[in-house]
Amino acid sequence: MNALGRRSLLQAAPFIGPFLLLYVGLLIYPLIDGLALSFHRADPFGGRAFAGLENYARLASDPVFGQALGNTFKYAVLVVPVLTAITLALALALNKPGRTASVFRGLFFSSSVLSVTIITLIWRFVLTPDAGLLAEAWEAGGREPVPFLSQPDLALLAVAVATIWWSIGLPMMLFLAGLQQIPEDIFEAAALDRANRWTTFRRITLPSLRRTVVLVVMLQTAAQLQLFGQAQLLTAGGPGGASRPVVLFIYETAFTRWELGYASAIAQVLFVLILAVTLLQFRAGTSRREP
Amino acid sequence: MASLELIEVRKAYGAATVLDGVSLSMETREFLAFLGPSGSGKSTLLRVIAGLETADGGEVRLGGRRIDQLPPGDRGVAMVFQHYALYPHMSVRDNMAFGLRNAGVAKGEIGRRVLEAARVLEIEPELDRKPAQLSGGQRQRVAIGRAIVKQPQLFLLDEPLSNLDAALRMRTRVQLAELRNRVDAAFIMVTHDQAEAMTLADRVAVIHDRRIQQVGPPMEIYARPANVWVARFVGSPAMNVAPVELLDGESGRASVRLGDGSQVDTRVPRAGLAGAGPLQIGLRAESVRVTGAGAGTTDARVELVERLGDRTLVYARLSDGQALTGEDRGASRVQAGDIVGLHMEGAAAHLFAPDGSGRHPVESTA
Ligand SMILES: Nc1ncnc2c1ncn2[C@@H]1O[C@H](COP(=O)(O)OP(=O)(O)OP(=O)(O)O)[C@@H](O)[C@H]1O
Ligand SMILES: [Mg+2]
Repeated sequence: MNALGRRSLLQAAPFIGPFLLLYVGLLIYPLIDGLALSFHRADPFGGRAFAGLENYARLASDPVFGQALGNTFKYAVLVVPVLTAITLALALALNKPGRTASVFRGLFFSSSVLSVTIITLIWRFVLTPDAGLLAEAWEAGGREPVPFLSQPDLALLAVAVATIWWSIGLPMMLFLAGLQQIPEDIFEAAALDRANRWTTFRRITLPSLRRTVVLVVMLQTAAQLQLFGQAQLLTAGGPGGASRPVVLFIYETAFTRWELGYASAIAQVLFVLILAVTLLQFRAGTSRREP
Repeated sequence: MASLELIEVRKAYGAATVLDGVSLSMETREFLAFLGPSGSGKSTLLRVIAGLETADGGEVRLGGRRIDQLPPGDRGVAMVFQHYALYPHMSVRDNMAFGLRNAGVAKGEIGRRVLEAARVLEIEPELDRKPAQLSGGQRQRVAIGRAIVKQPQLFLLDEPLSNLDAALRMRTRVQLAELRNRVDAAFIMVTHDQAEAMTLADRVAVIHDRRIQQVGPPMEIYARPANVWVARFVGSPAMNVAPVELLDGESGRASVRLGDGSQVDTRVPRAGLAGAGPLQIGLRAESVRVTGAGAGTTDARVELVERLGDRTLVYARLSDGQALTGEDRGASRVQAGDIVGLHMEGAAAHLFAPDGSGRHPVESTA
């Protein structure tokens, strides 16, 4: 490095330094330490013994992990496409000037400012079989209330629905921003080209939004593979682990069974999985050529 | 048969009226230019014809058929947008074919028309590229191609040349002229470039203040402007307009006196001017020749000199403060501050009645 470069680096140090310190201390170090931890048998009270690949081997044959992994993918598959479709539809409907549209934009965005605790509380009110909103409705219709949160299939579905409701805000805003980027005159050109609404959507709007769709799908997949709070608070992963995602499994392993090494190993696997899935989506989304 | 007919078209945005009773009739295969200053409603009128805006009143007819209630695609018009509005994710070929596919034109016919247009516009090598991979001029030709393949009755061009550099603009101008000779359709081009309007158009519609001020062949608009506004808008530098007083006289031609007392004998018929109210004279700079002091119609003090090479524009002020622009030879020695004579060519003078309407010189029969 030449003298000039060294000097400017020195000048930049006080600006970069604090952030770098925090970044390394709170992110890089734990990341590496977590990786190291996954090769140990460890507990939070200082016990730490090297175990090689034992944790990973155990993981491969752990049925609970298998179930949690399956659930996690179910969540992603249930939530991401539906969420993408709903938020795109909302953005299309609300992408217009005027007060009404702006009020609705705010309304649909508002759920995402709430914390996960409040979200689960709200959905508990809706779903709980004794005196919940849906239960009341069911009973008014003269039928038995459905115990959404204690039936294996329905519990996972309930968590997914709550998640969709909670996550609408950001993708909707991304789609709205994407729509605003499309120049008005190509829609006018399409109108002169006799394109009906569906053709316009299929051949003009959607292709123009492709980057946004890829972005939303990637962000949401990465987010839903890490789904945790809703599942813990709404169903505690039950019944019988039917709605337990991987992160909840990590949490239980680390903080109720105190197996830090094993929990770290699970976390590493999840990390690699998320990375792989996101990269695959990115490749698929950017290399596809229009017909 | 008339091609396009506008009958009392009105358009307002909220409280702001943009077009107020615009009527117009075009011949088949006519090339018409909308000329007017920025914000005068040229684009709005074009968009009303295209169906991108709905008129608040009046009728739009094309080929005898009323079209103002039809959706844009069914009107038989094609539009070239100012910023081209190409579909960014479609190839050049698909850009041109899109409208035909939507209209259900047979596949072979689509291919044939697209190829033909591409050949004429010299964009065949670009057919499989995306708009982002094209130069500005190529994009513009694709936009024109997209209009041609539709075989419309009427082409609408919104400032088609304004995004091109000077050389390309000239070339495209020639191409447009060729195009209009080849296709069996009428053209409307929006522009605020007078040279463009004058060279391409059969007739020019001057738009200002929510109305068409005058429609006519370019030379007629230049030689016989309908009113003061048109007179000053068309031609560069703007026509000199000064208040005058009508002198008594026996002859049929009006003689007038300017504010500084100098007299100009015009060839404008006197009839109907006397007693009507205050008049104005209109003189183009080329009809105000700079002479030696005392040798012209009157004297003036030079304020600014613009040397254009082949001629010199002299901005001067008469003794009563009236500003006049005159012309001198390219090699003029006149400088700011000089006193010069101005020879006003009365035979070329226009007069404007109190309502602003123009009166023009008649050919001398004497
Ligand atoms: N969507 C709109 N809402 C409100 N006012 C508008 C709208 N579109 C145009 N106007 C107004 O209508 C008037 C005419 O606009 P228009 O675009 O037709 O002008 P123009 O003659 O094409 O000008 P330019 O030469 O700058 O393109 C302007 O005063 C403009 O402010
Ligand atoms: Mg315009």
